[in-house]
Amino acid sequence: MAFQGTLVIDTEKCKGCGVCVETCPNKVIALSKKVNKKGYNYLEMVKEEACIGCANCAVICPDGVIEVYRAKY
Amino acid sequence: MTREEIIKPENLVYRRTPVLTDNIMHYCPGCGHGTIHRLIAEVIEEMGIQDKTIGISPVGCSVLAYNYFDVDFVEAAHGRAPACGTAIKRLNPDKYVFTYQGDGDLAAIGTAETIHACNRGENITMIFVNNAIYGMTGGQMAPTTLLGMKTATCPYGRTVEANGYPLKITELIAQLPGTYYVTRQAVFTPAHVRKCKKAIRQAFENQNLKKGVSFVEVVSNCNSNWKMTATKANQWLEENMLPFYPLGDLKTPEK
Repeated sequence: MAFQGTLVIDTEKCKGCGVCVETCPNKVIALSKKVNKKGYNYLEMVKEEACIGCANCAVICPDGVIEVYRAKY
Repeated sequence: MTREEIIKPENLVYRRTPVLTDNIMHYCPGCGHGTIHRLIAEVIEEMGIQDKTIGISPVGCSVLAYNYFDVDFVEAAHGRAPACGTAIKRLNPDKYVFTYQGDGDLAAIGTAETIHACNRGENITMIFVNNAIYGMTGGQMAPTTLLGMKTATCPYGRTVEANGYPLKITELIAQLPGTYYVTRQAVFTPAHVRKCKKAIRQAFENQNLKKGVSFVEVVSNCNSNWKMTATKANQWLEENMLPFYPLGDLKTPEK
């Protein structure tokens, strides 16, 4: 049994601090080269298939922009 | 599995709690205040006390905390949040009352209110965010600033001769008989965030026992005024602040 996870990121609220990027065990997330309306490089998933839904990124996020889903297969 | 198959209500692991409002917080990117706000909101949601909670915000960066919590809030004068909390709790003994203060508010201008509220054993929860600097006013030296640390008002580093020693206010109030639960936590890694949430939950639950003040110090960062990136500030915190402000329970309820 394994877990497959995914994130829903509220890119307009993300401030691009990058604290979550350090905490991801599988390097799933990274800061985008694009910016949101406020001019921050927002968070995006770069290796979606590697996400295990551990929610480390969501737990550390100061602005609560990450929603985590996890399914067993 | 595709993304659409995973995103279903039954697979939800973590979401932003509805006790926080939809407003975008004014805090700098990576500031610990946002995390601590979220933890308090999650505890309020889990305990189901949203309509029975009254918060008191301080003066400092978190002065606008009432914009972000969907609970009743009072904004106290600088440092007077424990005095305000005393009045609210005495008039509404069945409500959950918490103060949210920074180090300039609680440990500098509000020292008298803090110590006397703790010594009287008021039945409130106090959340103390310690980032060793005055954040809102532009990074001046606070009582909790570490020795050797550079700030706007001690640009060559804090020295004992000129500025005295850093104040460990949490150790100070742990000695008072009116406090029931005193702990120091941090929010720079997910493990510490989860531990901190347990401590905050304990502090709120203690209000049911009517045994005295529950005090949670949270060692946090101020990357803007420390002049670092958010991740670098968290590393600096671990290397420099934690040796002086060791984490853990300073006073736990007697069992």
